[in-house]
Amino acid sequence: MASVQKTGQRRHVVGAHYGVRDFLIQRVTAVILIVYTVILGVMALLTPSFTYENWVGLFNFRWGTFPMGQILATLAVLAVAYHGWIGVRDIWMDYIKPAGLRLFLQALTILWAVGSAVYAAQILWSL
Amino acid sequence: MSETTARPESRPRREFRNVTVPEILFAYRLPLAGKLSILHRVSGALLFLALPLFLLPLFGQSVSSPAGFEEFSRYASHPITKVVLLVLIWAYLHHFCAGIRYLLFDLHIGADVKISDKRTLHTRTAAISFSVSLVLTVIFGLKLFGAF
Repeated sequence: MASVQKTGQRRHVVGAHYGVRDFLIQRVTAVILIVYTVILGVMALLTPSFTYENWVGLFNFRWGTFPMGQILATLAVLAVAYHGWIGVRDIWMDYIKPAGLRLFLQALTILWAVGSAVYAAQILWSL
Repeated sequence: MSETTARPESRPRREFRNVTVPEILFAYRLPLAGKLSILHRVSGALLFLALPLFLLPLFGQSVSSPAGFEEFSRYASHPITKVVLLVLIWAYLHHFCAGIRYLLFDLHIGADVKISDKRTLHTRTAAISFSVSLVLTVIFGLKLFGAF
């Protein structure tokens, strides 16, 4: 039986770190986002009126001095970024066959995800 | 022996090979669970794209200051903004409901269903997911456009 050559000059580029680890992270981040959606949804329903103070309060409420609202929102943002990276990467892996183009799009996706997370964190922590 | 092989073929099944985009869109009829699946992908990509381009700028505006919140309210009352928001609300709700369906399948819920009933299971759960997300989209849409 011919062995599959995994090293050498014609190694197939597919993009590393996919498999069971990312499969799990995609699902764990999904559950985090379901929980955060429910928390935010319940808090929004309990809010009497849609004013500036009530709206901001959904994201910067504190437990004592602990910035619970910002921490929860930041965790949700990180979950979105990681979840989105895995999902979009799967799209490139399914439809984009040329390795160079795929790697370029994957790199772009990482920048997009990290950039979004930093952008969101900057908004949240200036509240 | 399965039912499919036992049943006499009344007409030849259509074959799809090397499918092109028009065939995917117009000729090949996906089962309901397949439509749910591709829309899960489309809605996810849409949300990922919209996050830093539309959602975060709008969110940042809304929480910046009381004056910024007023300006956000003006933007948000524009019909074009409302339509974009409604599309993204649909995308979120579809992705959310279809995603829960996949998580339940990952927990092997429904895995013990007989192989001949799988198709019904997949179609029915897809129908539930579509129903919930579309009804909620309509409710949010009515709220957004000021029906109540």
